[in-house]
Amino acid sequence: MPSGVTPFADDAVLRCEGLHRSLGQGEGQVHVLRGVSFAARRGEVYAMVGPSGCGKSTLLYLLGLLDVPDRGEIWIDGQLMPRDDDAARTAARGRHLGFVFQFHFLLLEFSALENVMLPMRKLGRWSLSEMQDRAHSLLTSVGLGAKTHRLGNQLSGGEQQRVAIARALANQPSILLADEPTGNLDVRNSAMVFDLLTGLARQNGQAIVVVTHNPELAARCDHTLPMRDGQFVT
Amino acid sequence: MVMSLACITLGVGLFVVTQATTTGFERFFIKTIVGTNGAIRIEDRIQETLRTMEAERGNDASGFVVEVKEGRKYIQGIQDPALLIEAVRRFANVAGTSEVLYGAAEIRSSFKNEAARVYGIQLDDHLQVSDLARQIVRGYLADFRQTPAGTLVGIKLAERLQLEVGDSFQLQVGGEVRRYRVSAIFETGIGDIDKDRVFLHLGEARSLLRRPTGASFIQVNVIDRDRATQDAAHMEAVLGHSASSWQERERTWLDVFRALRLSTSITVSVFTLIAGIAMYNTLALVVMEKTKDIAILRSMGYTRRDVTRIFLWQAAMVLAVGALLGCGLGAAVTYGVSLMKIRIRGIFTADHFIVAWSGWHYLSAVAISVVMVMAASLIPARRAARLEPGDVIRGTAQ
Ligand SMILES: Nc1ncnc2c1ncn2[C@@H]1O[C@H](COP(=O)(O)OP(=O)(O)O)[C@@H](O)[C@H]1O
Ligand SMILES: [Mg+2]
Repeated sequence: MPSGVTPFADDAVLRCEGLHRSLGQGEGQVHVLRGVSFAARRGEVYAMVGPSGCGKSTLLYLLGLLDVPDRGEIWIDGQLMPRDDDAARTAARGRHLGFVFQFHFLLLEFSALENVMLPMRKLGRWSLSEMQDRAHSLLTSVGLGAKTHRLGNQLSGGEQQRVAIARALANQPSILLADEPTGNLDVRNSAMVFDLLTGLARQNGQAIVVVTHNPELAARCDHTLPMRDGQFVT
Repeated sequence: MVMSLACITLGVGLFVVTQATTTGFERFFIKTIVGTNGAIRIEDRIQETLRTMEAERGNDASGFVVEVKEGRKYIQGIQDPALLIEAVRRFANVAGTSEVLYGAAEIRSSFKNEAARVYGIQLDDHLQVSDLARQIVRGYLADFRQTPAGTLVGIKLAERLQLEVGDSFQLQVGGEVRRYRVSAIFETGIGDIDKDRVFLHLGEARSLLRRPTGASFIQVNVIDRDRATQDAAHMEAVLGHSASSWQERERTWLDVFRALRLSTSITVSVFTLIAGIAMYNTLALVVMEKTKDIAILRSMGYTRRDVTRIFLWQAAMVLAVGALLGCGLGAAVTYGVSLMKIRIRGIFTADHFIVAWSGWHYLSAVAISVVMVMAASLIPARRAARLEPGDVIRGTAQ
């Protein structure tokens, strides 16, 4: 694939082409991703489904620029992501990407508000009071308006996950990646978190890729991407 | 963190204290010697005999000229002190000059006889080149000034001869014996001087020593003490007399002080070193505990440099608190030490610890701790920055 030439001339905000990734060393090396290509448009929700160990998380880390593919390219907003320019990749993470991890991953010594403000502080687009207002309204929209000053370790699992969603949305990313965001939650909570995520993203015209094991939730998405053995199956 | 904080505090504090005491004593020593023997002493005329050799222009060697110092003759004493003083006073840094004539004598009191060194001075000139006024411990300079047969006697010599202010004694040079009166007793603190020196009026010394003209040396005071060596070298070249600065004359002792100051500061810096090691350990541990948080921050757009900065910032906070406490500790202990009694005689006279208060001690103590601790913090902080977010997150969640 010649770099710089977009394979599809459409409005895809996130695109990847021919991604390969092997993990592990020597004997234990596993060819996890075996040529994944895919594109996501603004305002649409994509559910990635598949058995455990098929490579969903691995793909999401590549798309989130947290890891580098062995082969293949990623474009964000039509821009080819360089594979060895850490500064450019880091900047793109802050500007374009929001990530919700399988495990909430809050900074537990910080309050909910501070956790949500962290990405904004780095981006530097808003003043301190704007950041506080924004963090407050994001936490309100995930139903935590009354607990903004609780520390991370004073929140329940579901609450922490909702703070993580607010945090992922903080910089108004064009792409939201969520790795089993409801994996550790009960049915009621997972439905709520899922609706929140998709609702907010649709409102803001963000592309969402969400990994889930729950077929019911997957059915509510615009697209389903079934994966098996490191490839999308159709 | 507590360990490194404690070590920073101790390191900075003790560094300040040792510097304050060593420089305190050193400065006091310098004050004593400059106040007694002057910043520069000019004596002995130099006669240099130079011979110029031209190396032979051979076939293979290029010709060159060699100046050989055949010898340097020192002619004792100063023949025309007035002329020399006039020349010395032209040096910009010179604050005062005093011509001094000295010679050996025997001193006799009703109690016993001792060997003494007689120093003839013009009092007002000599007061400009020494701390003599402040070195008087008994009696009055005014009495000396008014009494032609008045003398100033070193305290040890006075004790040995059991002389008190107002007592009279005899000085003998050759066959000549004269009677003098103790106008005042002085203590320079330098044992060798206090045990045999007697100041007379210059005219009196001339007739006692039978030296109607000339001087033994000229004692010079300067405005900027630290330039004394350059000035002395310059004087020597211009005036044709040997001139020695206080730094040259007291090199041995000054070197002792310098070595002492250096060795104590090295010893005390061990604390700062331990502080650095403790900081390294703590931060390395924190980095291991916080890999997840580091990965999260990196995933949000924080750069490697940001991560480094976060850890260095932690170290800097501990450092700042430690340095502040250390400076406080240093100042408190320095003050405490300055009240401590200690009896020193010989090279100078002190009855309590002498300390020097200088911002430089605090600055250098803090600078050393900053360098040590920040250097030690840099390694774990950079290790934190090198973490790949993907590796960390994969390790935590499948
Ligand atoms: N460090 C590793 N070394 C070797 N294999 C690994 C390593 N990390 C993950 N894998 C393998 O990669 C595959 C894909 O993992 P992952 O992307 O987490 O799957 P999923 O998220 O779909 O459950 C799994 O089979 C897993 O065993
Ligand atoms: Mg997974």
